[in-house]
Amino acid sequence: MSGFNNSAILSRRRLLGMGTVGVGGLLLAGCDKINANPALRSILQGADDLHYPLQRGMLGRDTLAREFSPAQMSPVFRTNGNVTADTDAYRAHVADNFARWTLTVDGLVKTPLALPLAALMAMPQRSQITRHDCVEGWSAIGKWQGPQLGGILAMAGLLPAARYAVFHCADNFGTTPYYESIDLIEAFHPQSILAWRMNDQPLSVGHGAPIRLRVERQLGYKQAKYVMRVELRDTLAGLYGGKGGFWEDSTGYQWYAGI
Amino acid sequence: MANGEMVMEPDSMPEALLAGIPVGGDRVRRHRLSTRLWHWLNAMTVTIMLMSGLMIFNAHPRLYWGQYGANPDTPWLEIGNAGGHGVLRIGSLALNTGMVLGLTRRPDGSLHATAFPGWMTIPTSYSLSDARMWHLAFALVLVAALLAYLVRSVINGHIRRDLAMRRGEWAPAHLWADIKQHALLRFPTGLAALKYNPLQKIAYGAVLFVMLPLVIATGTALSPGMDARLHWLVDVLGGRQSARSVHFLCAAGLVGFFAVHIAMVLLAGPINEVRSMITGWYVLPKERRAKAPAPGEEIAA
Ligand code: HEM
Repeated sequence: MSGFNNSAILSRRRLLGMGTVGVGGLLLAGCDKINANPALRSILQGADDLHYPLQRGMLGRDTLAREFSPAQMSPVFRTNGNVTADTDAYRAHVADNFARWTLTVDGLVKTPLALPLAALMAMPQRSQITRHDCVEGWSAIGKWQGPQLGGILAMAGLLPAARYAVFHCADNFGTTPYYESIDLIEAFHPQSILAWRMNDQPLSVGHGAPIRLRVERQLGYKQAKYVMRVELRDTLAGLYGGKGGFWEDSTGYQWYAGI
Repeated sequence: MANGEMVMEPDSMPEALLAGIPVGGDRVRRHRLSTRLWHWLNAMTVTIMLMSGLMIFNAHPRLYWGQYGANPDTPWLEIGNAGGHGVLRIGSLALNTGMVLGLTRRPDGSLHATAFPGWMTIPTSYSLSDARMWHLAFALVLVAALLAYLVRSVINGHIRRDLAMRRGEWAPAHLWADIKQHALLRFPTGLAALKYNPLQKIAYGAVLFVMLPLVIATGTALSPGMDARLHWLVDVLGGRQSARSVHFLCAAGLVGFFAVHIAMVLLAGPINEVRSMITGWYVLPKERRAKAPAPGEEIAA
């Protein structure tokens, strides 16, 4: 008799437990269904896109990102993403110290350029100690030096239709090449440089040798490493996934990475 | 009124009614439309911000003080795992978090290293970009709703009339009496239940004027774009990684508020309370019957 009661209680308890797990599971499945809903995703992404005009309105063209003193630098600046470009062509460049490497500047420009590393080093330089903020949440402070992107673009001369600067990189994720893009306000910002020096050393392979883009008012994934070519375009549509960057195409990070 | 409680003699009730003063059992208007709209929109928004925020934390489950902070640096808080169980490290303290934080068991029995488990996060399995999609969209809702609500509440007098502490309410004796009443779970009844009590005002004030504004300010400070414009904000907070830590602590504070808030709603009569926050109408809890006064004792009313 009591045994019967016990098992009845137990099974009721177990049922309750299963019910809780079941309802919880349904809720979670519901959440994931909501998260996967295309209409809702496009509304949310539309709201995310508002951060771009909002920040453009508040920031002004040339507001500078914070710069630091040498004493404030991170003792160790970690690498992230690809730490080399896994191609024979890139390995050959590393082997001869980028002596035969050139940066291509083309697309909607008057004069396409092919600039050797020595030419970039000979241009007027800007150096800045800035904070690199990764989308994951960490920050590292380092010193960067290189010619201003604006100066290089001025050398090439933009055609009136140009709207975006696209950075084609030597590294791949699987078979997909890394690339990034910024608007022209960011491209002509005084702190936007093509850095070939970091922390007073030539840029290491891990950090993107021979040059890495620095766009100091945006997150880490915009700071394209292993830049081979700067292409000026009127639209990002038609290029790879069309969203203006490798992470933007592959996982949906926001194109404007000011937050 | 020595115990800070309103005691009404049944005999005096008809008189009170005649005078238009509501008494226990009466249906009264309690919450304005703006309060009700903001409250539920905000409750949903805060929930989404919290759950998507925990997923963002999962991308780098370490917190630092200062401007910089990354894997080579020393965090003050870290959620990880060691020895087959989760570990929450705060300073030199290491807490075993079992299978809740740092390490969880998937339904198929396999172990999964993650700071916050899937049932706490949006989305349930790792996606920093989806979490950011939710977090950055609802951040705008959070800010817009709070701004609109605060402006509205200044204009319609809600802050002045309902949320501001009255003179005397800050008096330690008064607060202490209120704390004792709460501890005994003796919530105000009748006329006294018409208004928020001082502890309620302090809690709501902390949410509306401290925690939500601070969570917004620290979130803004995390933006490298906004940092270019608002150096002072990041400076006041002690650097970007400090801002991230304070952002996380604010979120924890909101969770703490939420836990107490829900407990109080449940204890004070959940149906009546929640109905009042939906419809605006509230039934004043009936006065507790006063003990028969001892001869010569006076009853304050
Ligand atoms: C689903 C969960 C929630 C329930 C059932 C709930 C319920 C309530 C109720 C019944 C009241 C009115 C109390 C009274 O009349 O004495 C109230 C007020 C309030 N609640 Fe909540 N609440 C919830 C979630 C939240 C959250 C997440 C927050 C903020 C983080 C919040 C913040 C507030 C504030 C600030 C007030 C005072 C509003 C004013 O008068 O301006 N609530 N809540």
